[in-house]
Amino acid sequence: MTTYGRGLRGLSLATIATISTALVLVFFYAPLDADQGFVQKIFYLHVPLAIVSLCGFVFGALLAVGHLRTGDRRWDMRSYVAIHMALIFGVAGLITGSIWAKASWGHWWVWNEPTLVSFLIVLLLFATYQPMRFSIEDPERQARYASVFAVLAGAFVPLNFIAVRLAQQYVHPRILTLGGGNLPGSMRLTFIVALIGIALLYATLWKYEMAAKDARMRVRRLRRAVLGEDALAPLGRSAAPS
Amino acid sequence: MEAATPAIELRALARHFGERTALRDVSVSVPAGATLAVLGRNGAGKSTLLRILGTLLRPHLGEVSVLGEPLPRRGFAVRGKIGFLAHEPLLYSDLTGRENLRYHAGLHRVDSARVEEVLEAVGMGARAEEPVRLLSRGMVQRLAVARAVLHRPRLLLLDEPRANLDPTASRLVEPLIGRSSGLTRVITSHDPGSALDEADLVLGLKDGRAAFVGPAEQFRGDALEELYR
Amino acid sequence: MNTVLTILRKDLRLELRTFETIPSMVLFSLASFVIFHFALNRATIEGQLAAGVLTATLLFAAMLAVNRLFVAEREQGGFDAFLLAPVDRTALLLAKASALFIFLVVLEVVAVPAFALLLLGPSLGPALIGIVAVVALVDVALAVIGTLVSAIAIHTRARDLIGPVVALPLLIPALIACARALGPLLQTHASGSPPAKWLAILALYDVVFALLAYAVFDFLLED
Repeated sequence: MTTYGRGLRGLSLATIATISTALVLVFFYAPLDADQGFVQKIFYLHVPLAIVSLCGFVFGALLAVGHLRTGDRRWDMRSYVAIHMALIFGVAGLITGSIWAKASWGHWWVWNEPTLVSFLIVLLLFATYQPMRFSIEDPERQARYASVFAVLAGAFVPLNFIAVRLAQQYVHPRILTLGGGNLPGSMRLTFIVALIGIALLYATLWKYEMAAKDARMRVRRLRRAVLGEDALAPLGRSAAPS
Repeated sequence: MEAATPAIELRALARHFGERTALRDVSVSVPAGATLAVLGRNGAGKSTLLRILGTLLRPHLGEVSVLGEPLPRRGFAVRGKIGFLAHEPLLYSDLTGRENLRYHAGLHRVDSARVEEVLEAVGMGARAEEPVRLLSRGMVQRLAVARAVLHRPRLLLLDEPRANLDPTASRLVEPLIGRSSGLTRVITSHDPGSALDEADLVLGLKDGRAAFVGPAEQFRGDALEELYR
Repeated sequence: MNTVLTILRKDLRLELRTFETIPSMVLFSLASFVIFHFALNRATIEGQLAAGVLTATLLFAAMLAVNRLFVAEREQGGFDAFLLAPVDRTALLLAKASALFIFLVVLEVVAVPAFALLLLGPSLGPALIGIVAVVALVDVALAVIGTLVSAIAIHTRARDLIGPVVALPLLIPALIACARALGPLLQTHASGSPPAKWLAILALYDVVFALLAYAVFDFLLED
């Protein structure tokens, strides 16, 4: 059984270090944007959150494939944590995006920028993951269905972005073009550090939650072994295998 | 002389549902043509065992071999050879008896002449054109038996086979699913008495474990009490 | 293939016997058109607005069918009956998706003319073939996603709620494409050919999700 706690301290320290660096860069190094002013700096939070969230969903989908292929429910537990963590990051990304939209274009929500709209749709889909999975009683079936959902939803993400982009004229500033972006050097550096920081934060939180779930699972197993099969009340909402 | 392959071979079978263990370390061997009675209280694991044998559930631990094929890997190979009489009749209530059987015949690649044959055999030939929801429970059970034996299975898995059957109906289905059919059978029943009458072997389940495995003659009153305490 | 036909025949026969699904879809659609008339406060609509109304109505009518698709299997032991048979399990996916597709086509044969009668300004005539093509493609999407979601939802406690709630976001790309493709076709002096870009998106969506459905459906049935 993997110990998720291994390397956790190092990872946490790295996360704190990177995010601190990013904050310093954002406030003292990155230049003030000519058009949007100070509020533009929320971009360094919003875009990394959005990118890491989407990657988290894809990560969750890949872990779900692992579960379907091996039948080992620990993969499903990893997938579950990946997805619900990505959902939290996603909601944060949506909120920060809304703040940025208000600051840049004067509205809390704009329809004519496909990235934000696609993102909303993806979040709407993944928001159904938890209600769906926890309304299935049989734990084995719940894990299997959750994995099927994660795979379908993961495949949905690119299709969705293509369709919405084609449907809208885009206003969303193209930050990440293939050429490395039209950001001046100092902004690009800050952005990259912020991106790494948020990614490390995601990884750290994922590991923390996995470690907590794993520990709880093992304690329950021990208690059952010592006290007997029926001594423990079943967990309510839990993706843990046993 | 080489021993014939047992029809059913279970070794240390285990199956859980989340944290709850339904079956644990169950082992039994059933020779071809024999009848195994599976006894135990509600929740002891009888239905789970039957469903595993019927390829409807996967075993989680141990080895399962049905008609010489290991499960779940070779489940598709035995599916057509097993007749499963479940707690529910597995019939669509808005279709007639004949339509239901024709549907199952289509799934099992059996011709319609056989459908008529089993309908007559269970005495439902006259009422085969009525929707199932209008039939009495005894008649529905007869149709369920017809469905179970439609594809000429080699192994019968029977959950409460005599439920809702009056003596006449019981006699009608005897050659199809009873001892005289000559088929290997696994019977579960809430009434241990009637099951024991028909059984060669007994598997007594208590909290998912095999409390008793052996010939029916050796299964006496005190063992029976133990099981149901 | 025989298996698919056996199951499909059974489902069509059940629908003809009970008339549960199709009449509800039709009535719902007609009622929707009336509601839209009042909600939009217009005598006729055309173009993109008409396309939006038609797409939304078809979607919600489809959700009614999705909720009923596996109910008989779940409540009358049909899953077990199928799982006990020595057949390829994806036959159930094909059969159910085909049944849902057929229900949708029957619905549209009634609902689209009704739409033209009640709400649509321009006549359907010149663009009819284009409209049929678009609607056929979106029906495939609705059938595939509907079957998948229905198979998932049938094992949950809140099955009538989970189905639509999961299906709607999943279907958004296909619905965008459907509405955008129909827009030009429902205008006065319509050209008759739907924009190729949107047909391509619909086709891509159908292919991707059909393949995915084929790959994952077994996992939904096994235990």
